[in-house]
Amino acid sequence: MMRRVLALTRKEVHQLLRDRSNLMLGGVLPIILILIFGYGLSFDVRDAPVAVVMEDASPLAHEAIAGLTLSRYLAPMIVRDMPSAEALLHAREVDAILRVPADFSRRYAGGDAQLQVILHGVDVARARTIDSYLRAAVGQMALREADRAGALRGGAAAGGPVSIEQRMWFNAANTSTWFLVPGLIVLITTLVGAFLTALVMAREWERGTLEALFVTPVRPIEILVAKLLPYFAVAMLGLVLCLLAARGLFHVPIRGSLEVILLASVCYVFVSLAIGLLISAATKNQFLASQIALVVSFMPALMLSGFLFDLRNMPAAVSALGHVLPATHYLELLKSLFLAGNVWPMILRDTAILLLYALLLLALARSRTRKRLE
Amino acid sequence: MNAQAPALAARGVGKRFVDRQTRAAVVALDAVSFEAAHGELTALVGPDGAGKTTFLRLAAGLMGAEAGTLQVLGIDVARDPQAVQNRIGYMPQRFGLYEDLTVQENLDLYADLHGVPAATRRDRYARLMEMSALGPFTARLAGKLSGGMKQKLGLACTLVAEPELLLLDEPTVGVDPLSRHELWEILLGLVAERRTTVLVSTAYLDEAARCAQVVLLHQGRVLRQGTPQDIRSEAEGLSFTAVPATGDSVRRLQARLFDDPPTIDAVPRGGAVHLVRRDVRPDNPDAALQAVLAGARIEAVAPSLEDGFMVLLDAVVGGERTTAAPGVADLPAGSVSAAAEPPTVIEVRDVVRRFGDFTAVDRTTFSVRRGEIFGLLGPNGAGKTTTFRMLCGLLPASSGFLRVAGHDLRHARAQARGKIGYVSQKFALYASLTVDENLDFFGGAYGLRGTRLRMRREAVTTRFGLGERGATRAGELPGGYRQRLAMAAALLHEPEILFLDEPTSGADPPARREFWRHITTLAESGTTIVVTTHFMEEAEYCDRVLIQEAGRVLAVGTPLEIRRQAGERDGRPPDMEQAFTAIVAQARAAAGDRVAA
Repeated sequence: MMRRVLALTRKEVHQLLRDRSNLMLGGVLPIILILIFGYGLSFDVRDAPVAVVMEDASPLAHEAIAGLTLSRYLAPMIVRDMPSAEALLHAREVDAILRVPADFSRRYAGGDAQLQVILHGVDVARARTIDSYLRAAVGQMALREADRAGALRGGAAAGGPVSIEQRMWFNAANTSTWFLVPGLIVLITTLVGAFLTALVMAREWERGTLEALFVTPVRPIEILVAKLLPYFAVAMLGLVLCLLAARGLFHVPIRGSLEVILLASVCYVFVSLAIGLLISAATKNQFLASQIALVVSFMPALMLSGFLFDLRNMPAAVSALGHVLPATHYLELLKSLFLAGNVWPMILRDTAILLLYALLLLALARSRTRKRLE
Repeated sequence: MNAQAPALAARGVGKRFVDRQTRAAVVALDAVSFEAAHGELTALVGPDGAGKTTFLRLAAGLMGAEAGTLQVLGIDVARDPQAVQNRIGYMPQRFGLYEDLTVQENLDLYADLHGVPAATRRDRYARLMEMSALGPFTARLAGKLSGGMKQKLGLACTLVAEPELLLLDEPTVGVDPLSRHELWEILLGLVAERRTTVLVSTAYLDEAARCAQVVLLHQGRVLRQGTPQDIRSEAEGLSFTAVPATGDSVRRLQARLFDDPPTIDAVPRGGAVHLVRRDVRPDNPDAALQAVLAGARIEAVAPSLEDGFMVLLDAVVGGERTTAAPGVADLPAGSVSAAAEPPTVIEVRDVVRRFGDFTAVDRTTFSVRRGEIFGLLGPNGAGKTTTFRMLCGLLPASSGFLRVAGHDLRHARAQARGKIGYVSQKFALYASLTVDENLDFFGGAYGLRGTRLRMRREAVTTRFGLGERGATRAGELPGGYRQRLAMAAALLHEPEILFLDEPTSGADPPARREFWRHITTLAESGTTIVVTTHFMEEAEYCDRVLIQEAGRVLAVGTPLEIRRQAGERDGRPPDMEQAFTAIVAQARAAAGDRVAA
């Protein structure tokens, strides 16, 4: 038994090392994903261009927009008039227009000054973020004015305007890479586990190599074990790359224990591998297997695990579906382990669920892989 | 276990499949009973879809039978497939090799799986390498081997455990005659020296003739089991050879005889027509036959295995032959050849094609005349496909001159393509479209529209007997009909030249006969045919053939000239296959000498 497993594993490693596409998928793709997600696909808004139309040239009007220049999230540019600002918005050269109307100073004195904000609403999340940055920036003016007025009045400013101090727990800097990295780990282990394994196993069905292999003393379990071992290693390699990138490049804190992260990952990698084996046993065709692996494992891990969209904001049915996915539990666990620390009830529950899934799916893969051609 | 018990015994074995599209049950095997004796070669022959592959898979324990019992090496394979799999060797149709592993790694894998002890490996590897001549290539990736070498490696992998029983599924499909010959030498050696039992399925009856027993399957039933001699004797007294009278041609005589209902089989062979017919009294042919023969001399000959096979098939299939090639057989003898020399339609001068530093085609020169059937022969990797692609304008030549249908391929590839038709080796039509939809699509692609398209579609469907199947999806057509559809599509725009790439690979004798009947009809009506094939006897249908090896032209000429070039055997020119083998072997030996010097 051991000799056959060893022989098959050796064969698998040879094939893995020779086939560039496998290596790309296992080693290069994680790196590319890390770089794209880490640097390119951040949800943060930085230096968002805003067109500022100054129809009022008074010092007060300038005071009103001073906050914008100070903000590191906004990059204001002064524009002549409204039509040219609109042109910029249409061309998406700017994300928003802030208009200081001609009667701003006059009405300010009267206590009902107005500013107009026009946002490019195609990307709603970004528009909302910019909106709140704009409000904050303009709001500073009121604070400063109040401050100044208070100073003039000689410290009689007891009961001045109330300001709200925001604190974002677990991700105090509100850096989106911090919660993207755990999601990335889920994606990469899913991709390597399910997609790659489904592909290489389906290839054996397709090329008829399994047909020849079957008519030897080899047992199905041995074929499966020999497939699992090398691809387990590849998935773990992807995981380690992600962890290194998380620490080295993005300075994501790892507040929970590394051992628990690894243990949970091992469970989840086996879940993915088993899904891959099941898909290939069902389709026996590379093209179909890759399509199904994407639809069944990768897309849900991306859309329904709580990675991109919060499950609580989804319709009940979709949310329920999301909660059934192993990826959801793995992601929940990872996020908490990275950013919050060891929350033992959650660790025990999610690890148990993952382990159960792994055992169940592996058993299923074993029973579906038979030395039969029908 | 009793040594006298058969190595394999099938009793009433039945197997059905459910067609995925129609949900109908298809009978693959029906009450199949036969035995294969220990230490003998048994051949499983039969037309496509006869159930050969299914039977071998049942014997290997890869499928379960619905009825009957199948004992392999004394074990009920349905009850304990693993016990059988531990002791046999099985080579599926695609050899089952890992193309991204080296020769040695493939061997090691199978040796490990079979638990071959390290001590015995060295000797065994050495013997297998010597047998397969793969010794110098152990470090080469299996995917980089030629077809014949892959097949030998596949066999070596199944032999590494020295199995008592070998199951081989069409091991020689798509393999050139030389490699085929070598493989059979190995098999015969195994049986003689090691008393290995071999069950091999094949479409080549000359291979079956070398076996001790032949099992003839037809539509899932055993039509006949016996020694090759038993099957040959079915055609005893029915085999003849007919030499055409002066002014007549072999091909026209063959066509007339083939179309004549009492004929069971008629093929061109060595400047005459080989004929199997029930009603011939050679000394006194009746008047109807006299008319068909048109003065041809007729003479009784010893029947071949193929003759017996055709007689047995004819008994079950009867007059089911669907030849629909009207008119041409009625052409008066000599009507075409009497005309002036037809013009040249393909001219190839000093053509070279290189891929990197590898020369696939080397200074090749030949020409083809209008209405000729021109055959391209050669071992795997000889440059046939490259030559073919250059002629079709799919691949530019590195240097040299190519003119096809009056157009220089360097400047006017598109115009030349409009005048040629191409039938590729793989089925290249849309499986989900119906016959008519496929034809309309290809007609449209060639610029046919409206009435013209309808007329042409009508013409080709009638010619190939596809009229009633217009609404059938191409993917649901039986194999033979698919090929007819592929030909019909290639002929829609009335091309001057038709290119056919291994059109009969894997097809059984009746299907091949019918195919060639269409080809000869086309040629008679003035279409030029260029064809590649691995069946050497099919070269006899050609007016001229070209033999390529390592990119060079070894011989060009009529089949008779080629056979004479190979030298005489027992005072007579060898048959086409022997001639081919001899010519290629001579060239290889000469090349070896050059390298040695």
